[in-house]
Amino acid sequence: MADQFLLLGIGNLLWADEGFGVRCVEQLNQRYTFPENVTLMDGGTQGIYLVQHVQQATCLVVFDAIDYGLEPGTFKLVHNEEVPKFMGAKKMSLHQTGFQEVLAMAELTGSYPNELLLIGVQPEELDDFGGSLRPRVRDQLEPALQHALDYLAARGVEVKPRVEGESALGPEELQLDRYETQRPAEQEAYRYGDPRFIPATALKEES
Amino acid sequence: MSSILNASQLDASGRRVVVDPVTRIEGHMRCEVNVDDQNIIRNAVSTGTMWRGLEVILKGRDPRDAWAFVERICGVCTGTHALTSVRAVEDALDIDIPYNAHLIRHLMDKTLQVHDHIVHFYHLHALDWVNPVNALRADPRKTSELQKMVSPSNPKSSPGYFSDLQNRLKKFVSGGQLGIFANGYWDNPAYKLSPEADLMAVAHYLEALDMQKDIVKIHTIFGGKNPHPNYLVGGVACAINLNDTGSAGAPVNMNSLNFVLQRIKEAQAFVEQVYLPDVLAIASSYKDWLYGGGLASENLLSFGTYTQTPGDKSTDLLPAGAIVNGNWDEVLPVDVRDPEQIQEFVSHSWYSYADETQGLHPWDGVTEPNFELGANTRGTRTNIEQIDESHKYSWIKAPRWRGHAMEVGPLARYIIAYASGREYVQEQVNRSLSAFNQNTGLNVGLKPFLASTLGRTLARALECQYCADTMEDDWHALVNNIKNGDTATANTEKWEPSTWPKEAKGVGINEAPRGALGHWIKIKDGKIDSYQAVVPTTWNASPRDNEGNIGAYEAALLNTPMERPDEPVEILRTLHSFDPCLACSTHVMSPEGQEITQVKIR
Repeated sequence: MADQFLLLGIGNLLWADEGFGVRCVEQLNQRYTFPENVTLMDGGTQGIYLVQHVQQATCLVVFDAIDYGLEPGTFKLVHNEEVPKFMGAKKMSLHQTGFQEVLAMAELTGSYPNELLLIGVQPEELDDFGGSLRPRVRDQLEPALQHALDYLAARGVEVKPRVEGESALGPEELQLDRYETQRPAEQEAYRYGDPRFIPATALKEES
Repeated sequence: MSSILNASQLDASGRRVVVDPVTRIEGHMRCEVNVDDQNIIRNAVSTGTMWRGLEVILKGRDPRDAWAFVERICGVCTGTHALTSVRAVEDALDIDIPYNAHLIRHLMDKTLQVHDHIVHFYHLHALDWVNPVNALRADPRKTSELQKMVSPSNPKSSPGYFSDLQNRLKKFVSGGQLGIFANGYWDNPAYKLSPEADLMAVAHYLEALDMQKDIVKIHTIFGGKNPHPNYLVGGVACAINLNDTGSAGAPVNMNSLNFVLQRIKEAQAFVEQVYLPDVLAIASSYKDWLYGGGLASENLLSFGTYTQTPGDKSTDLLPAGAIVNGNWDEVLPVDVRDPEQIQEFVSHSWYSYADETQGLHPWDGVTEPNFELGANTRGTRTNIEQIDESHKYSWIKAPRWRGHAMEVGPLARYIIAYASGREYVQEQVNRSLSAFNQNTGLNVGLKPFLASTLGRTLARALECQYCADTMEDDWHALVNNIKNGDTATANTEKWEPSTWPKEAKGVGINEAPRGALGHWIKIKDGKIDSYQAVVPTTWNASPRDNEGNIGAYEAALLNTPMERPDEPVEILRTLHSFDPCLACSTHVMSPEGQEITQVKIR
């Protein structure tokens, strides 16, 4: 049987750079068509509800914003057994706790992918409710997509540019353009949160 | 047991235990308790440690888009927020939905309920009762006998089945990766199951993982996508075509409907053969552990759900109502529009109101953050060692019904349904109680049995059974309605904003897996002017209010003895029984994101 590829974008697109993973698969879906053994998925923050998709994959490619402790916007690849460690080392977000658990569950059931690739970027800003990707992170979309395409090509998967209209992966209401252009102004909607967790923004006003 | 519902009655003099975070997978919550010299919990403080931003994200957006945003607020109960959101918009704009849409929404909502309850029990809550490390010592042959005894109809019960599983578990554990089973307190005497019962439960942990992947396919059929199904203001986003040419291309055709029916029947069998027997077996093994009731014996709230005749709430399968002051004989009517009934208070929450002695109805809700700590706080603003609960101490507001702190969730729904005379529910509950008393030789009454941590866990299982059973009724009603010639799925008369009034307000309600959920919306000039969600965990995890009334989590922890205060098995057990989900009641965790629950004793 041919390898089953799952290209999975995870993260919460309502929290600025956390949307990186989901935007990656959204872009891939808009621009390319893939053979039947390749599944693209907007996994959101579904955590353990993604386990059956991981179990069915022989090659799993995860796109995510990961805190590697690097300069914001840094692009980084992680392979195979290093993946669960990176997803759990320094958790920024709920979905990563969930995803590390997903990998462990898949392993316990004996249906673990043969190959794993994590295509990640170091986020700059998460605490901007309703915000979108920061420029430095957005600049890594193209390298991320290109890397995934190269990865597939190296495994003999034929990817074609899309000629006709695509069926969106996620709701059209959340597509990048619409999401960004319809955002209310900052004066109308307070965007910041708990000062204990967001010293860079909220505490500035206090000091 | 006398009930303590007010902060003024609590004793905070004993040693303080801090557990942060509480949830194993989702959300962020901190809990502090004081234990006396017998290690019995005498004071409990529940803090939501994330700020909530749902309201501000939606302001100024198109109301028809709101469902897609709220679907992303939470990683677990996506569909329930989406459904509640479209209901709020339909209520504001006075849109009636077609009967097919009514039924399909029920099928999707019950799918979520069944799925969520099973995953909660096996993958988020079971490890509070089940010790997987102990399962390594089990005798597979005796496990097989046990399985045949607790559930004779379960086909997966051979000694070979359990022996294979045990080998797989051994390999997994000896690989040095305890993985999902890491961070447990596996030598704590609070774990009471035999090795055989532990092994049986681990087997079902894996079977449940298999089962859950099939039931969610119902969402893909009716919602078009997985894992984020589509919702639509005015109906549902799927076309129906049973017989005509072109039916193969329609998402809802006879093929897909038959597929749905098969999944419903599988869910029914799983609940009957695996889930319910497991819950009763665990309850019987923990027969002396009837702690954790808290508000459940006193104050309960449900908005009601699964309306049989559209528009007539009196036909709800699980009825709306409120019980207060422990009087299970009287169910009071609930009106979510009445400004006197549901109000949110912030005197102990990190928000400010102009007058904090007053509560605000969600239509008049204000979300103005104000993070300040009381004088008795220990530690710093960014590293709190001990919170001062006499001041503001949580990012969760304190919703109240006519001034009462209320418990919401499956147990609240079940007690209210029982008290309202719903026969199906009464029969389920009575059967479970007599099985429990028979297994244990005890003679426990209805109230102490249900109003407990175990009762909460049982109610969830019973509700799962009810939903799986009645999905079949919904399925037949849908097929009959379509065969009678009705294929409408959406009412688009008021789709265009030009047909809307200049200003409108509405409320959408639902009973989510975790309890009563309401979205209150105001629309102005075609845009969202304000949006307030009062989610189940806001009720249950609520801090105190200005009268000192304590919330459901805090109340449920009181009077519970702890085996080892530095290993908070008992605290986690009771809090997990609420299926806490802080992701939507609050937001965004620490950049450092503690991986392992930290327990500190002072």
